[in-house]
Parts: sequence; structure tokens; C-alpha cells
Amino acid sequence: MNLTLKIWRQKDSNAKGQMVDYKVTDISEHMSFLEMMDVLNEQLIAGGEEPVAFDHDCREGICGMCSMYINGEAHGPDRGVTTCQLHMRMFKDGDTITIEPFRAAAFPVIKDLVVDRTAFDRIQHAGGYISVNTSGNTQDANNIPISKHAADEAMDAATCIGCGACVATCKNSSAMLFVGAKVSQYALLPQGQVEAADRVRNMVAQMDLEGFGNCTNTGACEIECPKGISLDNIARMNRELMKAQF
Amino acid sequence: MALDSKVPKGPIKDKWTEYKNHINLVNPANKRHIDVIVVGTGLAGGSAAATLAELGYNVKAFCYQDSPRRAHSIAAQGGINAAKNYQGDGDSTYRLFYDTVKGGDYRSREANVYRLAEVSANIIDQCVAQGVPFARDYGGLLDNRSFGGVLVSRTFYAKGQTGQQLLLGAYSAMNRQIARGKIQMYNRHEMLDVVKVDGKARGIIARNLITGEIERHSAHAVVIATGGYGNVYFLSTNAMGSNATAAWKIHKKGAYFANPCYTQIHPTCIPRSGDYQSKLTLMSESLRNDGRIWVPKNMEDVMAIREGRKKPTDLSEDERDYYLERRYPAFGNLVPRDVASRAAKERCDAGYGVNATGEAVYLDFASAIERYGKEQARIQNIENPSAQKVYDLGKAIVEAKYGNLFQMYEKIVDEDPYKTPMMIYPATHYTMGGVWVDYNLMTTVDGLYCIGEANFSDHGANRLGASALMQGLADGYFVLPYTIGDYLSNDIRTGKIPTDTKEFDEAEKEVKDRIDFFVNNKGQHSVDYYHKKLGQIMWDKCGMSRNEQGLKEAMAEIKELREDFWKNVKVPGSANEMNPELEKAGRVADFLELGELFAKDALNRNESCGGHFREESVELDGEQKGEAKRNDKEFAYVAAWEYKGEPADAVLHKEELEFNDIELKQRSYK
Ligand SMILES: Cc1cc2nc3c(=O)[nH]c(=O)nc-3n(C[C@H](O)[C@H](O)[C@H](O)COP(=O)(O)OP(=O)(O)OC[C@H]3O[C@@H](n4cnc5c(N)ncnc54)[C@H](O)[C@@H]3O)c2cc1C
Ligand code: SF4
Ligand code: FES
Repeated sequence: MNLTLKIWRQKDSNAKGQMVDYKVTDISEHMSFLEMMDVLNEQLIAGGEEPVAFDHDCREGICGMCSMYINGEAHGPDRGVTTCQLHMRMFKDGDTITIEPFRAAAFPVIKDLVVDRTAFDRIQHAGGYISVNTSGNTQDANNIPISKHAADEAMDAATCIGCGACVATCKNSSAMLFVGAKVSQYALLPQGQVEAADRVRNMVAQMDLEGFGNCTNTGACEIECPKGISLDNIARMNRELMKAQF
Repeated sequence: MALDSKVPKGPIKDKWTEYKNHINLVNPANKRHIDVIVVGTGLAGGSAAATLAELGYNVKAFCYQDSPRRAHSIAAQGGINAAKNYQGDGDSTYRLFYDTVKGGDYRSREANVYRLAEVSANIIDQCVAQGVPFARDYGGLLDNRSFGGVLVSRTFYAKGQTGQQLLLGAYSAMNRQIARGKIQMYNRHEMLDVVKVDGKARGIIARNLITGEIERHSAHAVVIATGGYGNVYFLSTNAMGSNATAAWKIHKKGAYFANPCYTQIHPTCIPRSGDYQSKLTLMSESLRNDGRIWVPKNMEDVMAIREGRKKPTDLSEDERDYYLERRYPAFGNLVPRDVASRAAKERCDAGYGVNATGEAVYLDFASAIERYGKEQARIQNIENPSAQKVYDLGKAIVEAKYGNLFQMYEKIVDEDPYKTPMMIYPATHYTMGGVWVDYNLMTTVDGLYCIGEANFSDHGANRLGASALMQGLADGYFVLPYTIGDYLSNDIRTGKIPTDTKEFDEAEKEVKDRIDFFVNNKGQHSVDYYHKKLGQIMWDKCGMSRNEQGLKEAMAEIKELREDFWKNVKVPGSANEMNPELEKAGRVADFLELGELFAKDALNRNESCGGHFREESVELDGEQKGEAKRNDKEFAYVAAWEYKGEPADAVLHKEELEFNDIELKQRSYK
């Protein structure tokens, strides 16, 4: 296939960015979207230009590093996948593809398509853990029985890869799906109960401090989330927060 | 320098306890005055950083990603072993120890492996306490599965995302320490050199990957936890950023590099489909429990399939060669990874590969679907079910077991694996070689430690499934925190290590010169151009099977490629900004040296062992005819290489391996 790419180029966080047009040719439908970007970059290097910077690592849909906003959607047109799992067979010969960074005030652009998502880390520092000593003197694991149902539900929440697609997609740049998933994982497990109230209060407070918006129940986050994290987690987070006030 | 493994004396089961009882401790009040640098925050580094901080040391942790949660450990699918014997099927510390030593083809260090088995049960307790959502059975207790090469169910798992959940556990423990101010986290920082003062590791030089700034960081000890070097092959199942830089830089500063030629080639990966490919995707080994592996018997059928004139489903049973079942009747499709990988390569080399590149064999679920379908029909009392009904019932079972993997395959290959067999081919997956460490996990440089996949000690020449995660966490949570204390107890009066010394000046200058070279060199080829060429040489000549001539050629070709790289590489952009091409250039430069040492090590090891088959070392007769031949008389040692300039000049040191508790035996899967 031959394609036209419209890509956001921005030298660094202070520079002004702009969309730039590129052409790529001979793209195989079996390539992943990132492999198509590799082809473009090889072409740019050969022509003496700077390649487009973008975040990626595992290329298997699990590290949460890749973060492109493609044709107006986080991770592009396919459902339930990250950009590294998006395949070029989703596009047609002659297509024009618009590629932008994830946009949100709390995710400043570092360069081209690379954004800073450390706000997510700071929310986790505020309480995304169970205060257990790592010295190895913990009780036997089977002394904490957990119903299969609760374990499975906690696991579903825990599959969040911290990619930020939910934020990028939300018209309010809300991080509630992410924070909801993190709060839920611990709220569903007996080990997480002791600190539950402090945890949710602190994480939500940090979330607000970072400049993420509020949830207005549009549900776009759930649709664009590559891991199918459900809106129930937001509801659970709100319930936990209510509980924590009393 | 003679290698001293520092393995404590006494019976194997008491070594670790005795050791812990006699080492020096650091008073809690003094720990506050001691700094430790941990490079890498995967399972090994993350767990180490959290635990050292918990103990009271000041920790500075580094990773090249934007968050510790994205380290490559996140990709591990299958599970983690531990000798808990929850299933009551006879598991014990000794059995886990035995399986691991045997699985490693008797090339690991007994004492380390025993300790690993000993602390394994603790890992599960620790992770559960942290809130890792392991799979549970209906009674609320932990569930287990079984993995290749063992007879007990000792693998703990969290769906197909065990690595992710374990890493998030370690990351959460780190978060707690970051919040307490005990860990200073340096994301998007790459370590580019180690700094030695009076022979001791006292700091590192790192590049801030956002600003390009070169930074000096000092500490009383440095821990390297930077993962494996599988990307020396260019194509591998590793993350794109996985690299050997930290390990290679410390090698150049005096840390011996052990067994570089031990790589694990995983048999069930999605094959390469073209030259643009950037990585290979692993399909969990558990698929071999139900999939049958085959290629066509006749060359005409191979050709017809490649040209699209026939489909695999057109071939009848007797037109197919189920080569694993044919060669290894006892284990069949469940032979260990090294055996399965080699057999696939053998068939493809003989011309029987079934895709356009000739590098694929079939993994077929049709008989499993039929078997499960018939069984379900019987269970559900369906009389004379139609073929369609049997298929539907069977498909549902296979879907429940492997649905997410099938979906992943379909996304990548665009073929429905329920209808047509999957295509698979071996790919580089894990490196058993790495920095040489003693029982304390210290390298040959004082105060410089190495843990996780980056070191060499626990897996021998081949790694069993679910044991790398175990090693990473054992090192980080339970071993290093003790052993490093013994060393640091001598440093309580040292005080802060200054960074304005000549040692730091020199190391920083070296790093800067190299970066300046890259951004100023007016070359013509991209970094990837060289990386791909290196990968091809490695795969062709230092891959699953090797011979003397090929290895000699590889050494010469890699050297030549390296010389060309230093003349003609082109790196756009500048040094003082985010520059991913510059990052890659430094990593590939190191791979270009490591690759040559790899070939040299393989040339030296004239025996077939674990993940590699040396064509000169084959069983000539008897039941094992044609199989890999290990040579314990001459090669029961660790090859630890000392840096002397060019990789070809590296000097070999041998650590003789002792097997007092396990008898060395031929592995047979016939
Ligand atoms: C697809 C896949 C599936 C697997 N499945 C299993 C399984 O089921 N069970 C099992 O036991 N094992 C499995 N493994 C193996 C296992 O995942 C790894 O061996 C293990 O996670 C390695 O952990 P580590 O902490 O040593 O390194 P990594 O997790 O690779 O961490 C390396 C760290 O070092 C940092 N780093 C690297 N270089 C630098 C530098 N120069 N400067 C600063 N930071 C640096 C990185 O940022 C990262 O934080 C699998 C591996 C793969 C690839
Ligand atoms: S909730 Fe979904 S979209 Fe949001 S960070 Fe997690 S995985 Fe990504
Ligand atoms: S690169 Fe890891 S999720 Fe896409």
C-alpha cells in the first residue's frame, strides 16, 4: 500500500508543534502500525531528516508504552488493541492517516509523539500499594483465602497497562478509569482492606492535583481501553470514596 | 585473577542458613548513611530496590522506560515456580532443585540453585501479601498448573499475565518506598558506564534520555539488574529496548562475562513474515499440551502449500510427518524447549518449512478439537453427534483454554487457527549467560552486583519454564538484601562518595566522547542496518546449531561489521535532546562486541549442551543416535571471560562445577 501520513512534529516540550505530511510506499498489510513507522523512519534517516520519536517497547500489547492517537482515536481504529498490535490491514491503499500524540494537560508532550505520563506514577505513589514489609516474613499465602470470584475480578482490574488511552480519549481528560482500576484491584482483595480508606482518598486527591478532569459518564474510555477495563471500576472507586468519607 | 565462587561449606541444605547466621549486619541507624544504586527495575531490580529501601538504605533506581512498571518482565506469560507442595503431589525444595539442575543440562551452580528452590516458597507469600491476584480455585486457595520438564504442579499464575502482575507487585512495593523518600527513581535514564574508585564500584554515569544531559551518581555499591541480551539476534521475543549495555560496560571495567553462548530458543513463536519485521511474538508453551506438530511428508505437498495450491487441511494424516512423535515417542510434542526447537529447525533446513520464508512448521489443534468434542458429546449424552457438533463442542473447550492466544495469533497472522493449523517457528527468547557472579551475587569487581537475567548463575545451559521470574524475585527480595549487607558493613564510616573526582571525570569524558562521535559521524547507514546484519550472522552461525567453521566465520564477519559500523554509521539529531536513534546506536555498538565474544565462547565449548547443538558433538550410536552429546569430562565448567580489548582477545577463566548432590546423567526423551 501507499499512504499519506500527517504526523505531529514537535522538537521538545517548549517548542511549537505542527502537522507534517509524509508519504510511505510498499507497506505490507501484515506489518504492525509501529513497523510501518519504522519504515518511515528508515526513509527519513536515509534522506538526512530526523526520525519521528514515539514511545514503544514490548510491541506485544502489554507494557503500555506505545501511545499514538491515530485518525482521532487512541491506539487507532481497531478495538481492544494497543498501537503495537494494530495491523496495517486495517487501512487501505491510498489512505491518509493522521497521527498525533495523546493529548491531555496532565500528559505534556516531550517530543513528537512522546508524552510524559508520569502523573500516573505519582498517583500510584500516593497509595497504589499495600503497606507490607518486603522482608519475607509474611504469612503463608494460603492463609489468606480469596474467593475465585473476587480474585478474578481483582485480576480484571489489574490488567490495566497504564497506557493512558482512557485519558487521551476522554473529552474531560479524566483519569478515572485508570485510577478506578487501581483502587478496585486492592478494594476487592482482603489484603487491601486495612488501608482502603486512606488509599482511595489519597489517590483521588493526587489525581485532581495532577490536573485530570472529572468523569461525566460518557464511557468513551471503556470503548478505547485496550484491556477492556469496565466502567464498573469507576463506580467502585466512587463507592469506596464515599465509604472513606464516613 | 582466580575465580572464587565463595560457596559456603557444609551440607547443601544448610548452606544458606549457616551463611545468613554468620554474615556481618549493618546497624539500622547506619543504613541511613549508605547509598545503593540499582540499575534496572524489572522483577529483579524492582524487588531489590524496594527491599533495600525497606531495610533503610538510600536507593537510587534507574530505568530507561518512563516508568518501572514497563520493564520487560511485564511480558512474561506462563507463570512462576515455587516448591509449596500445595497440591500434595510430592513437591519439595529438593525436587525443585533437582528439576532445575537437570533442566539446565548440569551447567548451573548447585549451591545457587538450591538456595533458589529454598526461598521460592517465600516469594509466593510475599507477592500474595502485596495483593498480586494469582489464580484461585473455588475453595479460595491458590491454583497451580504444570509446566514442561517436570512431574508436579508447582507453577503459580495470573491468567496469561503472570509477569505483569508480579512486576506490578514489585512496582507497588517500590511506590511505597518512593513515597517515603527512600527510593529516588530516575525514569528515562540510561546507565552508560560504571565508575570505579580504588577498585570498588562507586557510581555510574547515566544519560537523561529527555534532555540528553550526562549525569554522575555515586553510591557505596552498584547493582546491575538490566535483563538479558537476546536482542543481539535483532529478532527476538524481547522488548525493543532490551539491551546489553550495562552488562557490557561493566565487563569492560573488569566484570567477567560468563557463558555468553547460552541462549534459549523458544519453540513456539509466530514466524517471521518479511524483512520489515521488528520482533517475534511468543505463543505460550502451554499450547504444546494440546497441539500436534507436523510438516508434510512429501516435498510436492510442501511446494503446493507454499504456492497456495493446497491447504494444510487437504493433507491426510499419513501425508503428514509428526516428527516429534516419530523421534521422541515417550515425550512426543512435550519434549523440552531445546529439543523441540532443534527438531523444527532440522525439518525446515531440510526444506520442509511451510510458509513463504521456509521457516515454519504447523501446530495443529484439529485432533484436540475432535477429541474434546467427542468427550463433551459423551458427557452431555448427545448420541451420534454430527461432525459439526463435535467440532463446535471441541472448539469451545480449546477456546476456554487458549482463547486469548488464538486471538493474538489471528490478529497478527490474519488466519483462524481453529480452522487451519497455526504456523510456528523457534525464536530467541532468554539468555542463560551473563555477568559472572559469586554466591553473594557480586561480580569480579568489588561492590558491583548483578542480579536477574543479567547474571549467569542459576539456569545452566537451558532454562525450564517459569523459573526466570522465580530467580529475579529471589535475587531481589531475598538474596541480595542479605549478601550486600555483608559487604556494606565495611562502609559505615566511608561517608558520601564525592562525584567531583578524577574517576568520575574520566568515565564521563569517555561517555561524552562516544556520544559526540555518533552525532558527528557523517556515515551512510542507519543503526538498524547494522543491527539486522549482526542478527543475521548470529542466527545463521551462532544459533541453535553451530559448528567450528561457522563460528570462526562469525567472529571474522562480526569484527568486520563492527569496523564498518564505526566508520559508516549515521545518527541523526543531536546529543542534547531526546534522541532514540542515538540510544540505539550505543546499544548496537555494544551488541557488536558482545556478539563476537558469544561466537568465541561457542567455539570454545565443543559440546552440545542445553539450548545449543554443536554439530561436532553428536551421539554416534545407541538409542540416542543423532541427539546432542554433552561432554562432562571436558566441559563441566563455567566459561568466564575477562576483557582484554578486542573481544577476540578475551581470556578464559574456568569455574569448575561441582555436583555433589546430583548425579550427572544424559537427558533422554526417547
Ligand atoms: C515473552 C516472554 C515471556 C516470558 N515468560 C516467562 C514465564 O512465563 N516465566 C518465567 O519465569 N519467565 C518468563 N520469561 C523470562 C522473564 O520474563 C525474564 O527473564 C525476566 O523477567 C527478566 O527480569 P529482569 O528483572 O532480570 O530484567 P527486565 O525485566 O528485562 O528488566 C530490565 C530493567 O533494566 C532496565 N535497563 C536495561 N538497560 C538499562 C540501562 N543501560 N540503564 C538503565 N536501565 C536499564 C530496564 O529499563 C528494565 O527496568 C519470559 C520472557 C519473555 C520475553
Ligand atoms: S484503564 Fe485502559 S486505557 Fe486506561 S490506562 Fe488502563 S489499560 Fe490504558
Ligand atoms: S509497545 Fe508495549 S504495549 Fe505497545
